[in-house]
Amino acid sequence: MAAERQAQVAATVEFEHVSKRYPGTQAGAGAAVDDLSFIVPAGKICVLVGPSGCGKTTSLKMVNRLIEPTNGRILLDGVDAASRDVTDLRRGIGYVIQQTGLFPHQTIGENVATVPRLLGWTPARRRERAEQLLAVVGLPPATYRDRYPSQLSGGERQRVGVARALAADPPIMLMDEPFGAVDPIVRERLQNEFLRLQEDLAKTILFVTHDIDEAIKMGDLVAVLQLGGKLAQFGTPEEILAAPASDFVARFVGADRGLKRLSLSRVRDLALIPAVTGRTGDDVRTVRDRILADPFHYMLLVDDLNRPVGWVHQEALPADGALVESMTESMSPLLDPRTTLKDALSMLLDADVQAGIVVDAAGAVLGLVTAEMIAERMRSGVAGSGA
Amino acid sequence: MDALTATVAWLLDPAHWSGTDGIPIRLWEHVWISALSVLTAAVIALPIGAFIGHTGRAASLAINLANIGRAVPSYAILVIVLPISLRLAPDLGYPPAWGLSEIPTFTAMTLLAIPPILVGTYAGLREVDRDLVEAARGMGMRERQILSRLEVPLALPVILGGVRTAAVQVVATATLGAVVAYGGLGRYLIDGIARNETDRLFAGVVLVAALALAVEGGFALIQRAITSPGLRASTGSGPAAGPRPYRQLAEVPRGGGEVGTA
Repeated sequence: MAAERQAQVAATVEFEHVSKRYPGTQAGAGAAVDDLSFIVPAGKICVLVGPSGCGKTTSLKMVNRLIEPTNGRILLDGVDAASRDVTDLRRGIGYVIQQTGLFPHQTIGENVATVPRLLGWTPARRRERAEQLLAVVGLPPATYRDRYPSQLSGGERQRVGVARALAADPPIMLMDEPFGAVDPIVRERLQNEFLRLQEDLAKTILFVTHDIDEAIKMGDLVAVLQLGGKLAQFGTPEEILAAPASDFVARFVGADRGLKRLSLSRVRDLALIPAVTGRTGDDVRTVRDRILADPFHYMLLVDDLNRPVGWVHQEALPADGALVESMTESMSPLLDPRTTLKDALSMLLDADVQAGIVVDAAGAVLGLVTAEMIAERMRSGVAGSGA
Repeated sequence: MDALTATVAWLLDPAHWSGTDGIPIRLWEHVWISALSVLTAAVIALPIGAFIGHTGRAASLAINLANIGRAVPSYAILVIVLPISLRLAPDLGYPPAWGLSEIPTFTAMTLLAIPPILVGTYAGLREVDRDLVEAARGMGMRERQILSRLEVPLALPVILGGVRTAAVQVVATATLGAVVAYGGLGRYLIDGIARNETDRLFAGVVLVAALALAVEGGFALIQRAITSPGLRASTGSGPAAGPRPYRQLAEVPRGGGEVGTA
């Protein structure tokens, strides 16, 4: 992914007393966005969150001027967006919308190359860039390049949407409920993948969601908006959970905000338990000795690349011989180090074996995590050690 | 001899396949005036339809005008245009025969073809998901690019549907040209009635119907050939997983413009 680091300069995004009023809206209805001011430092994800009708999408669209503010300014690296040529401005801002907005009559490759084509890149360069980005978002280009959006699953389409927004390597990305249209499991995976991508890309991202959990998970900064387009609170997720600025914020983040603070820590913040592992062909007797020496009477069978295959209980081991795959009984959920403790806990509570297996990007075992470890961390009250 | 065998016999008679009143010449006259009329109508209606479909501006006005045009019978247009085009012949320097036949027929057929093409283009563009248009705009497409790269390709099946309707109507109605002494397959109908030759009349009917069906079939093939595989319900290659992420051709046109009764 080092190849991605071309001309990435993230930009600061600053809202300066931005308001939007629509003429002739129903009497009594105030502004769509009311005197919004905040600064997103370069390279950070700022999540705009709030109930429907709070003006979060309107705020987002004012950055790429799909909607023009009535008052105030939006500064991108200090330059007023209103002073720039609107087409140039938009081509320099990645845009991911709800339902992805992929063009159904174009192939995946053509969709990803939309902005490069607008910028006049040669076909060869466009194709190369599209393939590179498809690989980055985990879609093998040879398989996906020539397909059409209707042939992809919801999760695949969301990835293509992200790839398309990244195509011209914009310093700023606007994401309007980008993971809204997929089921929770896929969403969780897409969120983790996107956070992993962002570690390399370091774009400045404005991200809209109505889901406070997603806001807490994705945001370096969170702007909570309330009806009438007012900023109810702006701060880090830790600040918002620890000290809600108003009753509205407290109600919006929910009564379970103690539990939600689990979302602020991730599996990688825990000291993982090393797993007792063995490979097919290992001698059963030495394996048994190792299991008995471990408090956790299971052994994890792994393949040659150290990727987990399944659990073997000590009682399933024969007196002697070699380990074979048929001795495995069950599997545990596989956790990414970026998985939040909240998600990890809920996955563990659903699983048979009480330990989740933490794996790296290649799928190799890093260690184990148990529900007890997470509960212990909650009790010790240091949930906010941060992302 | 019953009517059917008489008609078949008439059609198979070699004498009816040659000369200025032969089937090939009449067919050619019919086809070229129809094609010219539909082409002219397309040149007029496509840009207007694209403009009102893209902007939503002046939509009700244009659609209503087109619908009024549709309410005027082609026969009426023929007889309204005829005296005018006859009188203008010396001034504009075209043969008086054109003023009698070609120009009234062409005018009536063009006016007949405009409403379906205009309404089809407008409706096709309006049905394009507004979220897609906004996504395109948000990525920095200019309005003209949104129209040419997104709206028109997506609306193409509906636009072509309008052209197809227009072409079939024109082919069927161009028989009226014979009333003002134009040739075409209508000649057989008019002459068949005038001379009380039912075999000639029925042969004319069969030929017009066959031509209309051929036009219909030809457009169906073209429509299929130039529609993006991504827009076909089932593309055959690979599994179509999950629901489509866009509303396809389901959105009610906004802006209150009536689409008419196409």
